[in-house]
Amino acid sequence: MTADLGFGMTLVALVLAVYGGAAAGVGARTGRAALVESAQHAALGVFVLITACFALLTYAFLTFDFSVRYVATNTNLGTPFYYRITGVWGALEGSIILWSWMLALYTLIVVLRHRSTARELYPWALATMLGILAFFLLVMTVAAPPFQRLTPVPADGRGLNPLLEDTGMITHPVALYLGFTGFTVPFAFAMAALATGRVGDAWLALTRRWAIVAWYFLSLGLLIGGWWSYHVLGWGGYWAWDPVENAAFMPWLTGTAFLHSVMIQERRRMLKLWNISLVILTFGLTLFGTFLTRSGVIASVHSFTQGAIGILFLSFLALVLLTALGLVAWRWEVLRSQGDLDSVVSRESAFLLNNVLLVAAAFTVFFGTVFPLLSEAVRGVKVSVGAPFFNQVNVPLFLSLIFLMGVGPLIAWRRASLDNLARNFLWPVVLGVVAAAAAFVLGVRSSLAALAFAAAAFVLATIALDFGRATRARLRAGESLLPAMGGLVRRHNRRYGGFVVHLGILIIALGVTGSQAWSVQTEMTLRPGETAELVGYRVRFDGLTAVEESNHFKVVGAFTVSNGRVLGVLRPAKKFYPQEQSPIAYVDYRLGLKEDIYLVLGDFARDGRQATVKLQVNRLVSWIWIGGAVLTLGALLAILPDRRATA
Amino acid sequence: MTKFIVGGAVIACALAYMIYAGVTQSVVYFVTPGELRAAAVPGKAYRLGGMVVPGSLKWEPRTLDLSFALSDGTATVPVRHKGTPPDLFGESRGAVVEGSWVGDGYFRATLIMAKHSEEYKAPHDTSAAGYKELIKTLRGDGR
Repeated sequence: MTADLGFGMTLVALVLAVYGGAAAGVGARTGRAALVESAQHAALGVFVLITACFALLTYAFLTFDFSVRYVATNTNLGTPFYYRITGVWGALEGSIILWSWMLALYTLIVVLRHRSTARELYPWALATMLGILAFFLLVMTVAAPPFQRLTPVPADGRGLNPLLEDTGMITHPVALYLGFTGFTVPFAFAMAALATGRVGDAWLALTRRWAIVAWYFLSLGLLIGGWWSYHVLGWGGYWAWDPVENAAFMPWLTGTAFLHSVMIQERRRMLKLWNISLVILTFGLTLFGTFLTRSGVIASVHSFTQGAIGILFLSFLALVLLTALGLVAWRWEVLRSQGDLDSVVSRESAFLLNNVLLVAAAFTVFFGTVFPLLSEAVRGVKVSVGAPFFNQVNVPLFLSLIFLMGVGPLIAWRRASLDNLARNFLWPVVLGVVAAAAAFVLGVRSSLAALAFAAAAFVLATIALDFGRATRARLRAGESLLPAMGGLVRRHNRRYGGFVVHLGILIIALGVTGSQAWSVQTEMTLRPGETAELVGYRVRFDGLTAVEESNHFKVVGAFTVSNGRVLGVLRPAKKFYPQEQSPIAYVDYRLGLKEDIYLVLGDFARDGRQATVKLQVNRLVSWIWIGGAVLTLGALLAILPDRRATA
Repeated sequence: MTKFIVGGAVIACALAYMIYAGVTQSVVYFVTPGELRAAAVPGKAYRLGGMVVPGSLKWEPRTLDLSFALSDGTATVPVRHKGTPPDLFGESRGAVVEGSWVGDGYFRATLIMAKHSEEYKAPHDTSAAGYKELIKTLRGDGR
């Protein structure tokens, strides 16, 4: 009953989306406003229907309605309330609903916000969004239907994948999908710009904040993913260059490039073609990512369900790219830029270089991810490149990008004079050199780490210099210190939001550098009372206890951590789920600004007489999460309504 | 404009070189025990996949020495590793190890990846009883 109702609603939504997309397209071509209005109603209808589907599925999870196959495979009677809700998007079918729901939500917001402000572009954008929505609804009806009847109805379900029983399950997919689907809006307006031939600034101005929102959610999704793998997976890392991580990282890189190149077009009327291409690329990469993770063509630790869905996504990706490139070719003449680059030493060049490096990094990640496929197809040899490849190629790129983060915002437009360079960069360069020297004196022997510190000090100095100068100008105008600073930030929120985001990225970069350069670990088997030692920390094994939870058993080790004085007791565990073949590690840690103490329970004797533990001291990792908070602040500041434009 | 074209070309070449160097230095070859036995180059990085031979698994918790043999049905390769076996690892199960062939006739693994079967096992009584017994021993009331 539930399954039939849900499936019926999905079908109606699909029909509505197809109709709405067609109506908006025809309405845009013929200028018939009634058709566009009808498409708006269709968009609203689609949103209501998908919301109802989502609510229905959630209800089925909460009431253990095992007559729905998806519910039976992803929950069981022991699943706690909280995870019955997150279980809704715990597997493929449900995550497609979540995805479609967000897309429908974005479509509705586009209707509400832009239907009267962007008369020419809006109908085409609506047609594009409804078209993409129709594709996802098609996936929901034919390839991955969440509403499928299961007969006979089982007495109990199989249960959620235990790794997904974590608070990260609510925030990580939601943030990531909001990011992925968010890039549909800039893409839709780019298509509208191509369709109407209005490839000037209008579509950029309309989508700038959309792009920041999407970019922010994608960043947040990546960071939460890092936090999740750090505190759940038990290998003490936050990033592994896994194909699934790469799939989310590639659109982040090209999206970042887009956020920067937009400024060049606004200011200098250049890079029109480049901006359109970046949006198409970013949107294409979000589809490619889904294809990659769902098709099973590349082995990954994220063991997702596989199936025909891969082919569907690949075909849709091909269709999107061909259509977009066809439109670009058709509008080739108007996409030629009006401005010209004047000098290699200018803000335009710095931004251009930033874009080239970001796209190069995206290409590197792409190449490394699909390399096994390429190699097998071309040479018939099964190979792979792991983390060393990605690190080796990307670290120089990222270091250069951080350096440019200091140059770009301050260097003069068009042509920077020697005087301009000295005025803006003399002190930051000096500070950078001092930072590198200080790092060396303090015992840093890794040249990459020293370079990272130098670049960070340089960027920090440029931000301080710029902010200090602007504040001083206001002070001279008679304002007092705090209102001057506040007013500055509020009035130029986009510029200073950008600076704060840069600061966040800088902090994240320091955390990554520190954890890569100085983390240490050891592994030992201890008897009760024995201690393991690592860089001044002593970890004493106190014993094992067993605990029975609603849907699993748990073996918990108690370890007293001290460094001269007792710091506390860590309790890493192993969880045994009846439906799983093997136990799942549950790590325990003590976070700190300087270093985290991180403990994983490995093997243990059944009589509790010994336990093997992996002890890690991970340096500066907390700064990655702090940087994420700073980045959030900056992104919020940047999307505030522009004071100067509206005042 | 020429300067930009030259600059772009320089960046493209540098990137191509970095990718080339990165690939040649960190490429890992997938082999089966049979393939490794046929042509093993000592010191070269391999990813070896096979089934853990029943009865071959030895784990010394005090020294953290782990040794086992991987087989693909045609050939068997002895593997040694330092560290706790991962959760999904066990005899008669699939495993992929990364490391290199040591001249002395064994494979030195630096990384063990147990193969996760996608399917969930339906909860059945024997395993549940096994866990219950485990819990009992740990609590101390089984003795």
